[in-house]
Amino acid sequence: MESNSAKPGLLCSPEASQSQRTMYPYVTGTSVVALKYKDGILMAADMGGSYGSSLRYKSVERVKPIGKHCLIGASGEISDFQEVLYYLDELTLNDNMCDDGNSLGPKEIHSYLTRVMYNRRNKFDPLWNSLVLGGVKNGQTYLGMVTMIGVNFEDNHIATGFGNHLARPILRDEWREDLSFEDGVKLLEKCMRVLLYRDRSAVNKLQIANITKEGVTISKPYSLRTFWGFSAFINPTPGAQ
Amino acid sequence: MSKVAMDVPAKGGFSFDLCKRNAMLAKDGVQLPPFRKTGTTIVGLIFQDGVILGADTRATEGPIVADKNCEKIHYLAPNIYCCGAGTAADTEAVTDMVSSQLNLHRYHTGRQSRVVTALTYLKKHLFSYQGHVSAALVLGGVDFTGPHLHTIYPHGSTDTLPFATMGSGSLAAMAIFESKYKEGLTREEGIQLVTEAICSGIFNDLGSGSNVDICVITKDNKEYLRNHLQPNPRTYVSPKQYSFTKKTEVLLTKITPLKEKVEVIQAGDAMEE
Repeated sequence: MESNSAKPGLLCSPEASQSQRTMYPYVTGTSVVALKYKDGILMAADMGGSYGSSLRYKSVERVKPIGKHCLIGASGEISDFQEVLYYLDELTLNDNMCDDGNSLGPKEIHSYLTRVMYNRRNKFDPLWNSLVLGGVKNGQTYLGMVTMIGVNFEDNHIATGFGNHLARPILRDEWREDLSFEDGVKLLEKCMRVLLYRDRSAVNKLQIANITKEGVTISKPYSLRTFWGFSAFINPTPGAQ
Repeated sequence: MSKVAMDVPAKGGFSFDLCKRNAMLAKDGVQLPPFRKTGTTIVGLIFQDGVILGADTRATEGPIVADKNCEKIHYLAPNIYCCGAGTAADTEAVTDMVSSQLNLHRYHTGRQSRVVTALTYLKKHLFSYQGHVSAALVLGGVDFTGPHLHTIYPHGSTDTLPFATMGSGSLAAMAIFESKYKEGLTREEGIQLVTEAICSGIFNDLGSGSNVDICVITKDNKEYLRNHLQPNPRTYVSPKQYSFTKKTEVLLTKITPLKEKVEVIQAGDAMEE
């Protein structure tokens, strides 16, 4: 077996770093919001893939299960997310081939992804994503994130993209230990609704994923209810007629 | 705010005379002095009896907090107030100017000022300066047509809204509003919501901080609650002065005057040859 690199030829060859650089993202996904609750992790992302300012793809799954113990959600360039999934596939495959009953937990995968992202950034060829990693292994819940420059940290609640500005204040205010499943979903939906109102690249079609020690469930796509009936919207200039 | 007639270009609006010179200087590397921005969270909302405006109290000059407790809610008329974000000088000057204009207008018409009048004065001025007057305002008031809340952007566009936020902390405050606002709030609920939104800006945005100012305007009454909430007090003030640790020993308390090495002749002739 050669070295552990995913694509042996490309990474070593000299012309690779010169001509192939990610300068700007093309098809992007917007925010991912996730939180720890009593039994595990809840993660939500909408299903939109924007091509610049055009809403090109409306059924992009941005939250995926990895192995038995993890969920990964990504915002940013979709093709780079698919590349990350390919790397993780290789990783889990190689791990399974050892056949020792051990499986990769969220901490290990987070560590691996941090190394991948940071090394790519050092070569000026980043994977243009903010990845959210959550999972449960041996009764311990874990939630962390890695950005395209390799910044990584672990926290009780995570938000990427626009969620940094819009969802984080709500989560800081209202998250508490031992949320029930219903409360966790309500809190996530609250954040996703604000994002839907105020993020121009958000779409009203989202999936919420749940991981507990029993396993992963990713909900079917659904929409949030919105309210537009304020009197100032209906009649903005009373008295000015 | 009136200026001497000869300093101002004949017909108002932006004078482009110095642009070429500025561009040349900028090319040679001359930097404009950094202006004091308010780096702010300002909000407004309409409740059942009127309008509530809220603001934080931090004024920043780049990374430094220039004023820990400045006032961002400006008076325009007895029934109209305006919160300002952006360059502090611009918001002060523009609101002062429009306040005077509204006063003259009240003398002229003999009636209470309307919010749309203030809105029109402000947007006219800001548009004519093409965005160079960096003032982003949340204007609120109650006149005989009812309560009104508007936002005004530096380029002169305006919006009429049930709830509004501006400034660097606007996203944090808007997250609170979007999740919790409903029509027909009572006064206590409104003040509570505005306080929460400003606190969200104070704690989640670096450009906002210190205290919360609130202004409640209703049909017959206005209340300016300066420093309504002070969530950032100085937590520890030592009751006694500095105390030295026991290890510090005082060796000597005698004062030894220095011996002069050089005799100093009276000055005055020294420089003359």
